[in-house]
Amino acid sequence: MASNEPKITSELIAEHGLKPEEYQRLLDLIGREPTFTELGIFSAMWNEHCSYKSSKIHLRTLPTKAPWVIQGPGENAGVIDIGDGLAVVFKMESHNHPSYIEPYQGAATGVGGILRDVFTMGARPIACLNALRFGDPAHPKTRHLVAGVVAGIGGYGNSFGVPTVGGLVGFHRRYDGNCLVNAMAVGLAEADRIFYAKATGVGKPIVYLGSKTGRDGIHGATMASAEFGESAEEKRPTVQVGDPFSEKLLLEACLEIMAKDCVIAIQDMGAAGLTCSAVEMGAKGDLGVVLDLDAVPCREEGMSAYEMMLSESQERMLMVLKPEKEAEAEAIFRKWGLDFAVVGETTPGKRFIVRHGAAVMADLPIKELGDEAPVYDRPYVETARRPIVKASDVAPPVPVADALLRLIGSPDLCSKRWVWEQYDHVILGNTVQRPGGDAAVVRVLDGPKALALTTDVTPRYCEADPVEGGKQAVAEAWRNLTAVGARPLALTDNLNFGSPERPETMGQLVGCIRGIAQACQALDFPVVSGNVSLYNETNGRAILPTPTIGGVGLIDEFTRSTTLAFKAADQAILLVGEVTGWLGQSLYLREICAREEGAPPPVDLAAERRNGDLVRALIADGLASAVHDVSDGGLLVAIAEMAMASGIGAKLDAAPIAAHAFWFGEEQGRYVLTATAAAAAAIITRADSAGVPIRRLGSTGGDALTAKGERPILVAELRESFEAWFPAYMAGGVA
Amino acid sequence: MRSAILVFPGINRERDMARALRLTSGREPAMVWHTDTALPAGTDLVVVPGGFSYGDYLRCGAIAARAPVMDAVRHFAGVGGLVLGVCNGFQILCEAGLLPGVLMRNEALKFICRDVYLKVERSDTSFTRGYNAGQVIRVPVAHGEGNYVADAQTLARLEGEGRVLFRYVAPDGSLDAAWNVNGATAAIAGILNEAGNVLGMMPHPENHVEPRMGVTDGRGLFAGLVDHFRQAA
Repeated sequence: MASNEPKITSELIAEHGLKPEEYQRLLDLIGREPTFTELGIFSAMWNEHCSYKSSKIHLRTLPTKAPWVIQGPGENAGVIDIGDGLAVVFKMESHNHPSYIEPYQGAATGVGGILRDVFTMGARPIACLNALRFGDPAHPKTRHLVAGVVAGIGGYGNSFGVPTVGGLVGFHRRYDGNCLVNAMAVGLAEADRIFYAKATGVGKPIVYLGSKTGRDGIHGATMASAEFGESAEEKRPTVQVGDPFSEKLLLEACLEIMAKDCVIAIQDMGAAGLTCSAVEMGAKGDLGVVLDLDAVPCREEGMSAYEMMLSESQERMLMVLKPEKEAEAEAIFRKWGLDFAVVGETTPGKRFIVRHGAAVMADLPIKELGDEAPVYDRPYVETARRPIVKASDVAPPVPVADALLRLIGSPDLCSKRWVWEQYDHVILGNTVQRPGGDAAVVRVLDGPKALALTTDVTPRYCEADPVEGGKQAVAEAWRNLTAVGARPLALTDNLNFGSPERPETMGQLVGCIRGIAQACQALDFPVVSGNVSLYNETNGRAILPTPTIGGVGLIDEFTRSTTLAFKAADQAILLVGEVTGWLGQSLYLREICAREEGAPPPVDLAAERRNGDLVRALIADGLASAVHDVSDGGLLVAIAEMAMASGIGAKLDAAPIAAHAFWFGEEQGRYVLTATAAAAAAIITRADSAGVPIRRLGSTGGDALTAKGERPILVAELRESFEAWFPAYMAGGVA
Repeated sequence: MRSAILVFPGINRERDMARALRLTSGREPAMVWHTDTALPAGTDLVVVPGGFSYGDYLRCGAIAARAPVMDAVRHFAGVGGLVLGVCNGFQILCEAGLLPGVLMRNEALKFICRDVYLKVERSDTSFTRGYNAGQVIRVPVAHGEGNYVADAQTLARLEGEGRVLFRYVAPDGSLDAAWNVNGATAAIAGILNEAGNVLGMMPHPENHVEPRMGVTDGRGLFAGLVDHFRQAA
């Protein structure tokens, strides 16, 4: 065994994030004290980020199956069948901790990592999305984080050559010490040409591909599995540096050798690098792995086994190759100027053996490292229910028109143009609907099919009621896909929470997963991939519970997808869904009344499904000219967005209930539609017979938005307020 | 029209360009690898597409301009062959000395992706015969370094010889600093070389060619080129 490695002490064990009982479990497993390299390997495999030890038993409750699901959770990404022999491969993953420490590189490598997850499976990436949460705009660090994260996402995706077509950006003081960067990638593959991590066959060469290994990112995954203190800045060296150029070459080289049928198994080196990828390939295939570190291409001299095994240098892959194809594969990688090295082989022994120089630096049971990491059923307390806020208990402080202008100019609702214009959203020439709508629409090859893509979650709802919040996140994604005319197929979830060792936080996680599961079940919208990010807290203060949902839907004929913009004057404006005037947890209550309170709007999943199925059918039948879901900010905000997108105004009837509750309540399961007079009559008949509540709101036309009894607002004035905040804030003008 | 698209490592809009050429010319373009030393026989048009050649970690286009294939391109241009460079391709052509001037960082120091309006200054060139002089077209830009800069003498020559083919304008065709997306000198979006056979432009006409996708204002450039070669044949 290895010499000149540090002695294992209790301090060293603690530094590796292993609890005393976990270390005892390690000792019981191997029957001796581990080497330093082995301790590092265990710490990499058993941390929260890689092992899902706190969330696993709850994640198992999520619905993951449907006839169109080819691969559910557990692989690099989920895979669904979209017909015509094609499959969509997608996943969302967080890069929260690194992005807070070093926003540009943290976000960039987040994008790089998720792209690799997708093309590892044999898919060419066709779109990226993201979901970003920052602290209070007035917090001194927020502007710097926004600038860096957005530039990093753009810097990586733009250079790699994938359109970033959608996402969300939100602000709340609870993210002051922990911003969230959730990146989603979507790829397209032939349904019968999907590549997996599971190794098969003994004595097959294990090949290292891509960039060289350096000392960057060591312990990245361990860092991501602990909360922050005052000294987060000191963790900067654990953040990796992204190289989108190498990743683009790696993509082309990987797809080329896959097309040449050289690959048995493939795994990208993401969190915990070489360790995690080698162990996963072996463990999944019930095989052992021997690695010879002398063959690993290194960027720096004198790297130890420990450093090589834990490096998170980017743009690297590990593959098990068909031995007879080795020369052909090597030639392809050389052509692309990438490293190619045989670094080991599969063995029958189910041991994970790492050699360096003459020494064996690690000799561990491979299954226990991977499949049999500790699993915790952590104690949790259910989140207490909050009282329902009655509209009659909310006195409107300002007139409706003023409230609308303020809402659409607020950080959460304002235009995010400043952000998405830094992302190339048109490359590849398939972007049918660009950022700014309900869902992005991306054509599949030359059509006629297209994918609808969205990311959604409303953290303040999840905080107030995790189960309803979890349901709402799924329902809103489903609704956004429906609003562009797509049939929602499947989702990826990115669960961002505080420390699971705190029963209250664990209660949020359990509650949100319960809500997500209920909604997935009711809407036939399974989870096919996901990621859990815990310990998002600083100095004991956790983020809002943020289970981000990335939804994928299918449109059969892309030219028939609907947008939210009004199409012409004198069309009827209709509301699908119920009216209750639900102000609890609304943005109106928060932004206009400075009150963050109450129960969030409940999600009636049966109504959600009924309403959405009707809207989708109306779109398919060509009856609805514009469609928009009603979400943050409520009905009047939705209508204002439709007006701003078109430049056409609207005249609206008087509110049937208290005006502020009608216009700004955030009842769920709702859509605003426009239609010609004839189509509107047909729509109302269809809704009535389907048992879906429907109401005429008024008609389109003019250059102003006028709600009866309220001051008219020019569409130009709306746009000015909508577009002003973000650029002004980033220029240092407003807080 | 037989076209050849150059592929350098890190180039990423070659597929967009290939599709636009296929749709407008009815012929699949040849993809030419950067280490090749000759262009396919019978090439009519060489296209240097957009992307981040060699990561653009050095000055944009500087490494690609020195790739083996560029000698063949210089020779091709020298004997009058038509060369189109878009975005990174424009930067590469400037670095290769086939076009004057340089593309600096956008004035706002940020990458910008949005539709812009271009005024087509002339229609009597091989590249713009598919448009009317003065026509305003809408095409996307997607770049971080598209701010065209040249010395006063070069600019005077470009203007005097009518070699500015595209300018960033307001939708009504007027010059307006607010619509000059990257702060380019004289709102220059695309220029010709002295001989009139090499065009470099920052915007992406190849992304606006399909009727089913909406705007088709980029089509005129390719349709004009196809027409040019049809007449020459």
